[in-house]
Amino acid sequence: MRLERRDDVPLGLIATAPIAAIVAALILAAGLIAAAGVNPGVAYGEMLRGALGSRLAVTEMLTRATPLILTGLAAATAFRARLWNIGGEGQFYLGALVTAWIGHNLGLPGPVGIAVLLIVGMAAGATLLAGPTALRLRFGIDEVVTTLLLNFIVILFVGMMIEGPLRDPLAFGWPQSVPVDGDFRLPDLVPRTRLHFGLILAIAAAGLTWLILARSVFGMETRAAGLNPDAAQFAGIPLPRTLMGVACLSGALAGLAGSVEVLGVTGGVTTTMSPGFGYAGIVVAMLAGLHPMGVVAAAVFVATVFVGADAMSRATGTPSFIADVIVALSLLTMLVALLFTTYRLRK
Amino acid sequence: MSVVLELDRITKRFGALVANDAISLQLAKGECLALLGENGAGKTTLMNILFGHYAADEGAVQVFGKPLPSGRPRAAIDAGVGMVHQHFTLASNLNVLDNVILGSEPLGKVKSDRSGARSKLVELSDTFGLPVDPEARVGALSVGEKQRVEILKALYRDARILILDEPTAVLARPEAERLFETLRGMIKGGLSLIFISHKLHEVMAASDRVAVLRGGKKVAERVTADTSPAELAELMVGHKVARPKRTEAKQGAPVLVAKNVTVSGAATGLDAASFTVHEGEILGIVGVSGNGQSTLGALLSGLIRPEAGQLTLNGAEVAGLGPRGLIAAGAARIPEDRHAQGVVGEMTIWENAVLERLGRFTRRGFVKRAAAQAHANHLIERFDIRGAAPDTRIRLLSGGNMQKLILGRSLAAAPAFILANQPTRGLDEGAVAAVHTELLAARDKGAAILLISEELEEAVALADRIQAIVNGKLSQPIATETANAQRLGLMMAGMWDAPDAA
Amino acid sequence: MSEAVDLLMSTSLWAAVLRIATPLIFGVLGALLCERSGVLNLGIEGIMTMGAMTGWLAVYAGADLVTGLLVAALAGAAMGFLHAVLTVPLGLSQHVSGLGITLFASALAYYLYRLLVEVGETPPTITPFAPLAIPILSDLPIVGPVVFAQTLPTYLALIAVALMAYLLARTPLGLAIRMTGENPHAVEAQGLNPLAIRIGAVVAGSALMGLGGAFLTTSAFNSFFPEMVQGRGWICIALVIFASWRPGKALLGALLFAFFDAYQLRLQTVVDGVPYQLFLMAPYVLSIVALILVARRAEVPAALMTPYRRGER
Repeated sequence: MRLERRDDVPLGLIATAPIAAIVAALILAAGLIAAAGVNPGVAYGEMLRGALGSRLAVTEMLTRATPLILTGLAAATAFRARLWNIGGEGQFYLGALVTAWIGHNLGLPGPVGIAVLLIVGMAAGATLLAGPTALRLRFGIDEVVTTLLLNFIVILFVGMMIEGPLRDPLAFGWPQSVPVDGDFRLPDLVPRTRLHFGLILAIAAAGLTWLILARSVFGMETRAAGLNPDAAQFAGIPLPRTLMGVACLSGALAGLAGSVEVLGVTGGVTTTMSPGFGYAGIVVAMLAGLHPMGVVAAAVFVATVFVGADAMSRATGTPSFIADVIVALSLLTMLVALLFTTYRLRK
Repeated sequence: MSVVLELDRITKRFGALVANDAISLQLAKGECLALLGENGAGKTTLMNILFGHYAADEGAVQVFGKPLPSGRPRAAIDAGVGMVHQHFTLASNLNVLDNVILGSEPLGKVKSDRSGARSKLVELSDTFGLPVDPEARVGALSVGEKQRVEILKALYRDARILILDEPTAVLARPEAERLFETLRGMIKGGLSLIFISHKLHEVMAASDRVAVLRGGKKVAERVTADTSPAELAELMVGHKVARPKRTEAKQGAPVLVAKNVTVSGAATGLDAASFTVHEGEILGIVGVSGNGQSTLGALLSGLIRPEAGQLTLNGAEVAGLGPRGLIAAGAARIPEDRHAQGVVGEMTIWENAVLERLGRFTRRGFVKRAAAQAHANHLIERFDIRGAAPDTRIRLLSGGNMQKLILGRSLAAAPAFILANQPTRGLDEGAVAAVHTELLAARDKGAAILLISEELEEAVALADRIQAIVNGKLSQPIATETANAQRLGLMMAGMWDAPDAA
Repeated sequence: MSEAVDLLMSTSLWAAVLRIATPLIFGVLGALLCERSGVLNLGIEGIMTMGAMTGWLAVYAGADLVTGLLVAALAGAAMGFLHAVLTVPLGLSQHVSGLGITLFASALAYYLYRLLVEVGETPPTITPFAPLAIPILSDLPIVGPVVFAQTLPTYLALIAVALMAYLLARTPLGLAIRMTGENPHAVEAQGLNPLAIRIGAVVAGSALMGLGGAFLTTSAFNSFFPEMVQGRGWICIALVIFASWRPGKALLGALLFAFFDAYQLRLQTVVDGVPYQLFLMAPYVLSIVALILVARRAEVPAALMTPYRRGER
């Protein structure tokens, strides 16, 4: 048996791949749920109800999807150019930290202040990824390792800041940063829920990213550089500059996720504010086939699993870590599904 | 004479393509069989089946009277078949001995017998006249030495049948002759040999018998003594495709001038190379692969900058401008490897058509898609690119059609200078003729063309003047009319006489 | 500042260096074996987590400590096999597959732990490996307490370094593994199966990673808790590069690294006014610095991260 490359990839196949991957992941995880003595059908039912069963549930799920869309876009943008940005988590935290820091005491009117803070968060994320990218360009150091290590460094840095200079004196010893000025909080999208204007920002970011990647000169150059660096260079595309551009865009999106989360949900920074948004963003991007608009759908799926798993855990006693298992499995099954969109099995 | 190897109706398909169509072959003990055919005729596929890299879809192989299990190189090696691949299968970072002994000892063995292996290797290399240093790092060896290591690898595993895939593709004429001398010695020692080639002269000189493949079928078998190069050429190509005839050039003013250009680097660089390409002429650079052609190509593509010397295009310095600067200055480039450098396979034809001139198809940072697609459509029509729509992904095109697109996008801008680096490598005769016609037409319209070619025949057919490149040095140019195979052969071996007025 | 210097004189510091280095030695050897065959294994972080959990769980369920190590190695091997299947015969992106394995193995470890173990106020504990003083040798001054009064896994790690060095340099199998990482086509042409060699190397390397994880729960600590691997896997990936893919240098790198880690831990207690997070950051910062230092002269296996498909060049 051998793999043979398909001449053409049918569009239907591309659309089916993520669905097949998710179904496969759910089936595999069903075994683990059954091992907990719970009927998987019942468990998945609870999960759906928990994430989509009520107005409140849906808004919670969408609140959770908001940062995932942005970290997913960050990963998709980078991976398209074969820039392995695994540092979404760190970029998220740095964006959040800088937003809270500056937003605590910024003498600007609300909307202007919000814009400034979002830009500041993006700049922080972009800067954090620019470093490893420069190291790769300058010394050939694999950015996977450096971006991963930076995640740990940034989270420790956040811890240091919120126990030190940014400590919230009103938080009774709970390690939390000072809050951002109330004027800068993003408006609610649905009254009396946590769902905030950030969702609109995230979807707009997805549209804008699509426009840049699919229609702009920079996007075309990025794609060429990712698919065949030698040919791109031969065509005169400056690889280092293109890669740096990608790094800034990708880092900015992850930084924006942190910024939006602070302004929309938490109001301040803690070291536990992200349940792995950066890493889950990678899964989101892969499930979306690295397509910016697909990211929105994939983020909704992942958010459904995360939010639904908590409800399922409460109802059935299955450990809520099952959510991480499902998400990780769907990344692996998606990889295999993607393979079969480009290759076919031949005897 | 006894038959040592028999291929019986071997068929191999890749998707819709039938690479080998019921091919049968026999090899006798002590015989040297040449497998002749154009690129894509199915020679390498057939030998890869014999050696076990591929499993045949139909047919059987017998070695020394025993059936050979398919799809396992190990079985072929154990049966006494050795293969010298065209692209060497060596690990550059390891030494010669490592490369040779790999796979010869059981993997469960607790300690390699390196000293025993070393003496066996030294003995083999003495017996067959293939000198190598067992401790040398393979990456540091010359091409000829690497080939020796490849042959020794086969002999070390007691090969009785040796297959050589295009063994002279990377060798200079004298080296190639030495190789065939060595091989003749081996045949006397009882080895049987198959070599793959598309060079008529060496088939005529070295083989006992010739099998000709075309389009995946065996079309003829001849005893070498009973045939002629003309007959073989016709058998190989099939229908007669006329390559265009070159008319006399109307040489104009100098366009591209290189003066003492020096480049060093990992690959063979350039050593004070000077040349001038005039308006309306083709200058051919001939040489054995790996003598600095790649560096020259990269330099004239704008990928690298020289350390010393001048490079001017219509009088303006162009060294270090980069690809975009060079294109803006009026240069066009046909890269030596279309897949690696020429196109981005997963992108569409229209994207590939405009990638190197994106500036012309841009408005406010966005790509003018309609204009770009129209441009691609124009190229498809003008250059007769078959099986293509602007939205087709370019990797689905055949080599010839892909090359026509690259040629088309280069010529469309009416460049003053064209670099044509191995423009017909790997193409079939029809596509070769098309490429030649376009290049000559561009020349007649006044373009200055620098042709880098490893095919002497092509250089002689297209170029008005010829320079040889050897180890990064360029010979003086000679007029093509004064060139003959012998003189060019000597030039390519680095033996060039006093400057010739050309 | 003299206190900081005094610390360097204590045998307890140096004994701690070897202790802290142990999981890194296992991890770095495992990663090195995978990469020598041409496969980057970013599953390491998750595989170590899996090893930590399963090794501990086996002992908690009543097995003896050595069986616990074996179980951890097997669990690591199983995860490695999954990575190998995805990246070797299927030729999928080693980066993405590895991350997927890390996410999956960690999540699975946490899930199974929660499922199988009653966790009350404090995590349940086991009796970990006790130091095993080697007779006579452990009585040597300085060297004795530092080197010869460690726990069993530490000795195993040191032996593994020697075995790995011997395997790669002196045996036909080692040559085949190195060659597969340099040029799998050459391996195939010599009648060996590069896919089988890669799968084997990744499985064996992952078993070593599993052992590294198990050291954390059966020797360094006596319980399992989430996030306990703390990026040690990523540090191992950096150490392999730092060590230029050589076992001896890998040992050196792990020791050097562990020294800084042990030293900073002790330094925290004697230096006032510096946030402890700065000390905790040191290992990660150090890894990046190490990468920059060796960047230019790293001798990367030529076929690392290049999938091999038969009949494709």
